[in-house]
Amino acid sequence: MLQQIIQILPQVIIDGLTLGFVYAVVAIGYTMVYGILELINFAHGDVFMTGSFIGAAVLFFMMSVGFLSSLPSLIVFIIVMAITAIVTGLMGVGIERVAYRPLRKRNAPKLIALITSIGISFVLEDVVRFFAELKTGNYIITSPPLFNQKMTLDIHSVMPVFNKITFQSSFILVFIVTIIMLIALDIFVNRTKWGMAMRAVAQDRETASLMSINVNRVISITFFVGSALGGATGVLFMIQYGTIDPYIGFILGIKAFTAAVLGGIGNIRGAMLGGILLGLLEMFAAANLSTITHGAMGAEYKDVFAFIILILVLIFKPEGLFGKAVVEKV
Amino acid sequence: MIFGWMNQFAQSKRSQIIFFAAYVVLTSLGLYFIQDSVIAFLLLLFSILILYYLKLSNKAKWIMGFLILAILVPLSASHGSAYQSYMEVGTLVGIYAAMSLGLNIVVGFAGLLDLGFIAFFAVGAYTYGIFASAQASKFMPFGHYPLPGDTFWLFIIAGALIASIFGILLGIPVLRVRGDYLAIVTLGFGEIIRIVLNNMDHPINITNGSMGISSITPPDFFGISIGNSSQFYYIVLAIFMVVMYIVTKLEDSKLGRAWKAVRDNEIAAQAMGIPLVRTKLAAFAIGASFSGMMGTVFAAKQMFVDATSFTYLESTMILVMVILGGMGSVPGVILGAAVVTILNTQVLTEISNWLNQLSTTGAIAIPDALSPAKMQRLIFGILLIVFALYRSQGLIPHKNKKVNAEELKKAASEGSSSPEAGSPSPETALVNESRTTGGVDL
Repeated sequence: MLQQIIQILPQVIIDGLTLGFVYAVVAIGYTMVYGILELINFAHGDVFMTGSFIGAAVLFFMMSVGFLSSLPSLIVFIIVMAITAIVTGLMGVGIERVAYRPLRKRNAPKLIALITSIGISFVLEDVVRFFAELKTGNYIITSPPLFNQKMTLDIHSVMPVFNKITFQSSFILVFIVTIIMLIALDIFVNRTKWGMAMRAVAQDRETASLMSINVNRVISITFFVGSALGGATGVLFMIQYGTIDPYIGFILGIKAFTAAVLGGIGNIRGAMLGGILLGLLEMFAAANLSTITHGAMGAEYKDVFAFIILILVLIFKPEGLFGKAVVEKV
Repeated sequence: MIFGWMNQFAQSKRSQIIFFAAYVVLTSLGLYFIQDSVIAFLLLLFSILILYYLKLSNKAKWIMGFLILAILVPLSASHGSAYQSYMEVGTLVGIYAAMSLGLNIVVGFAGLLDLGFIAFFAVGAYTYGIFASAQASKFMPFGHYPLPGDTFWLFIIAGALIASIFGILLGIPVLRVRGDYLAIVTLGFGEIIRIVLNNMDHPINITNGSMGISSITPPDFFGISIGNSSQFYYIVLAIFMVVMYIVTKLEDSKLGRAWKAVRDNEIAAQAMGIPLVRTKLAAFAIGASFSGMMGTVFAAKQMFVDATSFTYLESTMILVMVILGGMGSVPGVILGAAVVTILNTQVLTEISNWLNQLSTTGAIAIPDALSPAKMQRLIFGILLIVFALYRSQGLIPHKNKKVNAEELKKAASEGSSSPEAGSPSPETALVNESRTTGGVDL
């Protein structure tokens, strides 16, 4: 049994990293908003989903115009990513304006903000479903092939304990792009003036506003950055996994939130690590659960696995693996 | 002058009763003679809402409401072909109203956002489904299955108990979690239950997996097998009445006030000596038990259960009912449940059919994607946003019971002079204060 697990380990790591990077970037959106507003933005998973659909739409458009065959696919990819990121970023700003800012002004209880965010996520899901179904007749969409050459890394011949690994070329793309996004974000938050303002607002909103920081604008920028990253990751998801539907955002959103909690909510680097860790754990579970339990539990329990991690972390270490404990004050 | 006269008319108790009686007679006659008119049926149901606003004693309202629902509605609808479908709507409204009363305890009274509430419904439904079909013989070493239909009545209680045990089991770990994390943990719990139910066909076949459990024995009432919606209507009505009675009693009990205190300020409530965990657990258990009871009825009515009836969408639907009606407001939540259920089962499908007809006759081409029956999520989403932003107190806002402060003080001072009543307890003082300040709207 152990040998079997070790054999497929490299493949599991590759798949887990791919999924983990997706979780990591989406988790950042949750963690940034939570850090600043102490609000679980339920709509974020659906912003990710909308991003993947916008990406698909742009890609289909470019295909119909003929760009896809005439331009190198890397340039097409960059254009798609840029358009999607800007659109979803603006969408995030809009969501904050419509759904959260009025509540913040009124000082409404947190419960109400949670409820509006659930409402927004439902509206997004249905609007996307409507357009997808209107255009294609089916809400499940298969993306046009891009970066789907199969690659094989024959480590079996070097280290016979392992099996061969196969992956799509899009894996490399996901890997590189998410790392670029993560580093860029880290620099943005830690080195720039806006990033400093963001950290200040997260620390203490009122004092920050006394230090002549425009709190509302900082919140808007946070939503823009988080949603743009989420939307761009949606494009990566679409290219990597091929099929998308309007309901992918829900489960993926919860898992990304789990990742954010795992890394300590409000902590951006923690969210990155939490995402990667969760992706690896989940893939490991999906691949080996059936072997470990002798067929009693199959890969269909991988979602349960992620939720159990969430519940365990929240109960035993609610501050996360990399966060600080917060004391609730009166 | 007309206004003055109208005002006088509206204030007078007798004219109110006359008006109400005329309304009820008119709508029930309307339903009796125009059988296929959904509007007449809905107008008749609407009389319950009018009844709520009449200036009558509570007892009279209960009796009249019961008479209308138990006798007048079935009688005037029983005439035509649409009878069963009307009663089906009535049954569903009852099921959802009882469930949303349960969620109202958790969300509205105790202020704990539960996004996986449907899980308890699923537990109740599967409890009856497994034992009242041949499914149980696949894993139970003893006993003869399916159990006969007259055990259904026991299963209503069993469903409530098992669901409340699940509520406590969920609550024990979850309630230690800080406020807004609770929402996501309960959501995760709801999904876990659904996935587990969907996959428990191996290694031991307990729930028959994604195939679901079929041919569930219908309940048996002294030898009469209950299979029609018109018969289930009475079961649901009876349970609903019991649930409503319990909730209204609970709301002003010590426990109910403890819930509201926890909702308004957890730390302050703890400082006042309210045991946090026990109070929250009680909310979870009681809320879940209503859901479990109705789950049993649901399984018996559908004669089939599978995991697709217990998704996140359903949990949110019940949340929409609570938010729409007004968190913490019992009449509001019932209204919310009725509105959402009727919208979902009647209005949307009617509009979809009508639009379909239009497109087939070629009047206007409506794309299939726009069909309102598919727009549930959009409608629920918009309802949630609009109500949370603009009317967070809901359709019928929650009212705190009015207490006359002077009388209470007098009663307390009189009580202290008589030896058996004891000194004025700090509890009464607390009640007094929280009532007059009116509490916090959520």
